Amino acid sequence: MSVVELDRIASEYNNKIEGFQKIIHICTGTGCVSSGALKVFNRLRDAIDSEGLTEKVLVKKTGCHGLCERGPIVVFGNDEILYQTVGKRNVEDDVKLLIATIKDDQIAEKLLYRGDDKTKRYVSTHDIPFYSGQTRLVLALNGIIDPEIIEDYIVHGGYRALVKALSMHRDEIIEWIDKSGLRGKGGGGFPTGVKWRSCKTAEGSPRYVLANGDEGDPGAFMDRSLMEGNPHAILEGMIIGAYAIGSNQGYIYVRDEYPLAVERLSKAIGQAREYGFLGNDIFHSGFDFDIEIFRGGGAFVCGESTALMTSIEGQAGEPRAKYIHTVEKGLREKPTNLNNVETWASVPEIINKGWEWFSSIGTELSKGTKVFSLVGKVNNTGLVEVPMGMTLKEIIFGLGGGIQGGKKFKAVQTGGPSGGCIPEEYLEMPVDFDSLTKLGSMMGSGGMIVMDERSCMVDVARYFLKFLVEESCGKCTPCREGVRRMYEIVDRICSGNGGEGDIEHLEELARAIGLGSLCGLGQSAPNPVLSTLKFFKEEYRIHIEEKKCPAGVCKSLITLHINPEKCTGCMRCASECPVGCITGEKKQVHTIDQTTCIKCGNCYDVCHFDAVTIE
Amino acid sequence: MVEFKINGKQVKAEKGETVLAVAIREGFAIPTLCHHDVLGADGRCRLCVVEVRRGNRKRIVTSCLYPVENSIDVFTESDDVKLVRMTVLELLLARCPFSEVIQYLAKQYGVNTVRYTKDNDKGKCILCNTCVKTCETLVGVAALGMTGKGPLKKVSTPFDEPSDVCIGCGACVVACPTGHIYMEDRDGFRTIWRKKFELARCPACGRYHAPVEQLEFISKKSGVAIDELRICQNCK
Ligand SMILES: Cc1cc2nc3c(=O)[nH]c(=O)nc-3n(C[C@H](O)[C@H](O)[C@H](O)COP(=O)(O)O)c2cc1C
Ligand code: SF4
Ligand code: SF4
Ligand code: SF4
Ligand code: SF4
Ligand code: FES
Ligand code: FES
Repeated sequence: MSVVELDRIASEYNNKIEGFQKIIHICTGTGCVSSGALKVFNRLRDAIDSEGLTEKVLVKKTGCHGLCERGPIVVFGNDEILYQTVGKRNVEDDVKLLIATIKDDQIAEKLLYRGDDKTKRYVSTHDIPFYSGQTRLVLALNGIIDPEIIEDYIVHGGYRALVKALSMHRDEIIEWIDKSGLRGKGGGGFPTGVKWRSCKTAEGSPRYVLANGDEGDPGAFMDRSLMEGNPHAILEGMIIGAYAIGSNQGYIYVRDEYPLAVERLSKAIGQAREYGFLGNDIFHSGFDFDIEIFRGGGAFVCGESTALMTSIEGQAGEPRAKYIHTVEKGLREKPTNLNNVETWASVPEIINKGWEWFSSIGTELSKGTKVFSLVGKVNNTGLVEVPMGMTLKEIIFGLGGGIQGGKKFKAVQTGGPSGGCIPEEYLEMPVDFDSLTKLGSMMGSGGMIVMDERSCMVDVARYFLKFLVEESCGKCTPCREGVRRMYEIVDRICSGNGGEGDIEHLEELARAIGLGSLCGLGQSAPNPVLSTLKFFKEEYRIHIEEKKCPAGVCKSLITLHINPEKCTGCMRCASECPVGCITGEKKQVHTIDQTTCIKCGNCYDVCHFDAVTIE
Repeated sequence: MVEFKINGKQVKAEKGETVLAVAIREGFAIPTLCHHDVLGADGRCRLCVVEVRRGNRKRIVTSCLYPVENSIDVFTESDDVKLVRMTVLELLLARCPFSEVIQYLAKQYGVNTVRYTKDNDKGKCILCNTCVKTCETLVGVAALGMTGKGPLKKVSTPFDEPSDVCIGCGACVVACPTGHIYMEDRDGFRTIWRKKFELARCPACGRYHAPVEQLEFISKKSGVAIDELRICQNCK
């Protein structure tokens, strides 16, 4: 295989699709599939056939566009038109609208993306702030290529980096990765080139390269989108890495809950083998390499490097001590290089465009881009890829379009369950590995949960602790026993039974668990508490001393009242109250029976007149 | 040869030894619960932590796993070490309030109160894994395993059913550092891990001495006839 041959494959495929006058991309990522994308795809195909347009219009299935919540997403041509929630209300109607766009270039207003104020409508993807503020390197081809067709990847420049890498010296490749400044996207931000070099020089054989696609953080889906949307970029990165490191066997660890990712990766591996990108004597270079998929059971801790390896070995996914690094003794006690799937997918472009190009993006110490899953109380939720160093404000208020319902921003939680909460005063902070760590949070795999004034930070800490209690593997004492005791204390505080000394006790336990735990899960498990204590200690104090929840979340600490001055007697709250404890005649002031109120907050949320107050 | 310091004392060790082994040899006391001389260590209890300093970097490590390194400074009783150790003991005491071993260690390390609601469903098991490894490595039948995760983790036979492969040897009972595992010999039967074993009676003295299944197992492994094994150690 050479560049000439890749060009031939590309031009053959181009010839095949050249005749089409229009290309329509339908997102078939997990999000859009679950909101009905396949139905839209099938109906649209039928409609195109019956309109006699089969030869003229190509309908492509693509991976995730990052706007999953507004799926199914349909994009015309080169991002000229983006339609959202297609087929959500009525598939037939929406397919008719699509046909009208195809035939007469008629734009379907009601399928257009709307701005935060719900009035402005955007036609082209390029105009939508959510997209225009992004720098898509890793996700560049997501939403453009059909992940099940290798030729489509090749048309878009795929596997050329591999050809180039195979003509380079192994050490040169590692040097490029090193100089590019690429750091691991799986959490720790460890320099990738340094890791590769240590693995290459470690004694022992065989050597393994692994891709981490476990993605256990609740709400995170960037790795899934990548695996589903552009599996070949991950494979190409792994093949290049394996060549540089001197490995002949790779594994991709994917959680079992990601069947589509498994399917797309398996197909991609099959196609790569057919073209000889995987297998023996790749491109006559004498280099053999193959990849297997390993489906993990879906425990959060299995994303931790040693637990992941133990799990591939067929044992229960428990972490091991890492006093001897896994690059020296990893999978089956052999030198092993583990990288996150997003890290692997960054590699081909560094080889294609050079390390200088990559290192020109980002900040001094954090290069390139990072994909975040922006969720929570922000207007535009979804996947965003931004250059390292973009500020939190730019991400949340620029791309994210600010806080839902015009509420006030309170904090953003980054880094997954064991990350931390960052308050308003740090909104101008550039997001990179080191500044997040400095604030007691971390990059993690890129979760970003935005919280508004209605979030109680003690309750948030409680939520993450609960997750960690359940996800602790239970191997070591501080994490297994300690985190649940932290949860008990925080839970006590939330239910109004906090007492003097609780905060000091939490701090003491946090320190002991952080120092004494075996793996990263336990070592960082205190973070949700430590970071909320750092920035929101007053809120803890009010819970403990005044027995009040300022955000109005902790049920035991709040009461709901109807302000007679404001109540118009519209009866809305009464009809939404699940226990029927609101009484009052029409147009008369309503009242809440405090003895039966379950403090669900429904009345507060539905009242149009701000008449319901939480104390 | 590796040279380093423990609590200021210059010590020598072989490459590959653990800090724990060297510390004990040099007369420093480090408490352990899950480390076993024969079965090795897997770093579960975290009682054996020590502080390792190198230059101005310091970290807490488990001495039962940490390989010796040149010119490190090991401290076995630093403030952080004490904090982790006392925390571990308080947590274990809350989990296993009736474990004499934990009570003893807690007292020794100055843990006088338990600030948590005590568990009453975990018995004396501290999940050290010694029984599992004993059964697997020393006995060679692997009847036990850990199931569940987090605070629900426990040691048991598969599905909590009487195990097909357990031979009732009681090795796990002997190995358990806390005395958690229940075993009873009565009326010619041994009960352990919910399985009832018929005990073999010595044809010479008439004493019940070992489960028949265990003798069969030994017979198969060693080639010694079962009838010969039925004779107890005293009468041989
Ligand atoms: C509890 C825990 C969970 C983790 N989960 C993941 C995960 O889901 N995906 C991932 O890539 N890395 C995860 N990591 C980080 C990995 O251990 C490892 O550092 C990473 O995969 C290395 O790849 P990188 O250098 O490319 O980031 C986790 C770490 C811990 C401690
Ligand atoms: S820190 Fe938690 S997850 Fe990690 S080994 Fe210990 S118990 Fe398991
Ligand atoms: S908080 Fe819920 S239960 Fe209480 S009055 Fe309002 S709607 Fe009813
Ligand atoms: S008694 Fe059963 S479980 Fe215990 S060591 Fe012997 S064979 Fe294993
Ligand atoms: S039963 Fe005993 S040996 Fe087995 S894990 Fe529990 S404490 Fe350890
Ligand atoms: S799955 Fe379609 S936009 Fe994410
Ligand atoms: S003895 Fe070292 S961790 Fe238990």
